[in-house]
Amino acid sequence: MSEAYELEVNGIPYPINAAMGRSLLSVLRTEVGLTGTKEGCDDCECGACMVLIDDQPVNSCSFLAAQAQGRRVTTVEGILDGDNLHPLQRNLLEEGGVQCGFCTPGMIMSAQALLTRNASPTEEEIRIGLSGNLCRCTGYQRILAAVERTAAEA
Amino acid sequence: MSLTIANSIDDVLTALAAGARPIAGGTDLVVGARQGKSPLPDSLVAIDRVAALSEIESVDSQVRIGAGVTHSRLMSDPLIIESYTGLADAAALIGSPSTRNVGTIGGNVMNGSPAMDTGAPLVTLGAVVELRSVGNTRQVALSDLWTGPGRTSANPDELCVYIVIPQAPTSSGSAYVRLEYRRAMEIAVVGAAASVVLAEDGTIASGRVAMTSVAPTIAELVGASEAMTGMTPAEAVTVIASMASDQAVPISDSRGSDRYRRHTIGVMAARALDAATRRATGETIGVPVNRSLGIGAAR
Repeated sequence: MSEAYELEVNGIPYPINAAMGRSLLSVLRTEVGLTGTKEGCDDCECGACMVLIDDQPVNSCSFLAAQAQGRRVTTVEGILDGDNLHPLQRNLLEEGGVQCGFCTPGMIMSAQALLTRNASPTEEEIRIGLSGNLCRCTGYQRILAAVERTAAEA
Repeated sequence: MSLTIANSIDDVLTALAAGARPIAGGTDLVVGARQGKSPLPDSLVAIDRVAALSEIESVDSQVRIGAGVTHSRLMSDPLIIESYTGLADAAALIGSPSTRNVGTIGGNVMNGSPAMDTGAPLVTLGAVVELRSVGNTRQVALSDLWTGPGRTSANPDELCVYIVIPQAPTSSGSAYVRLEYRRAMEIAVVGAAASVVLAEDGTIASGRVAMTSVAPTIAELVGASEAMTGMTPAEAVTVIASMASDQAVPISDSRGSDRYRRHTIGVMAARALDAATRRATGETIGVPVNRSLGIGAAR
């Protein structure tokens, strides 16, 4: 049975009508209509579904949407600077940190949370910050380079 | 199904009495449902907004950790790092940053997995859980709480509200180490925790050791304190390693054979005891020990 509630996503309140057992990932993609957040494993392993809840990275596949009521949800769509790419997005493109692109939204959210709490992370801190985000294309080195470059530019 | 968002412990207890199950971060419950292990309960009460469950307080020579305290908080809390370092080691190894942001100590303890990371350090630190239901509060030792893999002696209407740990003695130290194949999103192949109190001459005055993933529940090493007392740390490490391998009753599964686990639990127990005694002397070994001493998966 569906229930009505409200979710704040990227600063915008959305009315939701969904079953209480639905994951935040599923509600974001099919009710809110924001498909930047990806479903990879749907098992809390791969990080493709990473979003921020009150600025902290959370796997949206295993977090109930109804539990996000009253909290600030940020998806990859919410980090654009107007029509401009976010520095992380630009640097991922320029460093070659994007191949198939499926992990990219999750990587960006984890990296953004890391840089918010630690403006100049060491390489080890970046690796820990991105742990839980799997990439099967790049071998990670170029993603690390993009995050390092973003930190250096800020 | 229904979900109620509770704002107080009383709200939670009322919901539990009516048959609801508690959910905090959902890192076990929701993932379990998605994997088809068990569907979500018909009635859930969300406990993650109950402020009283999110506090770490020192009261009457004890520290009371709210069941809703996240692993991210535990691994960075100054009091936990200073006095209950083994618990911080464990919290820092759990899952990934996102798991640690929503996963809680109460969830880790009450899910009762024999592979839980916070369990072994809590045992060595002498922790008890405080369970509450409508009109009743009781404290239960961890050895009485865990009754089997995924099973506890708590009643369905009882909520774990606090983990209570006695004040750490002076000249004491603790540590938790884990055998792992990768550095994140990992489950302990085996793990070991130790806490020790040193005498003035540097020998061991008392200590406890507990083991992860080698028995149906987290298992305390029986006779560890008696065996170690009066020994130098170097002597104790050898004795404890052999006792741990002797007392382990591991299973074989995809993460390791019983023989492999029986051997490596000794290695991990020795490393945990070594790190705990070094910390007891005042040496700083950063949290988690696995990363500071290069134990476990390489980069």
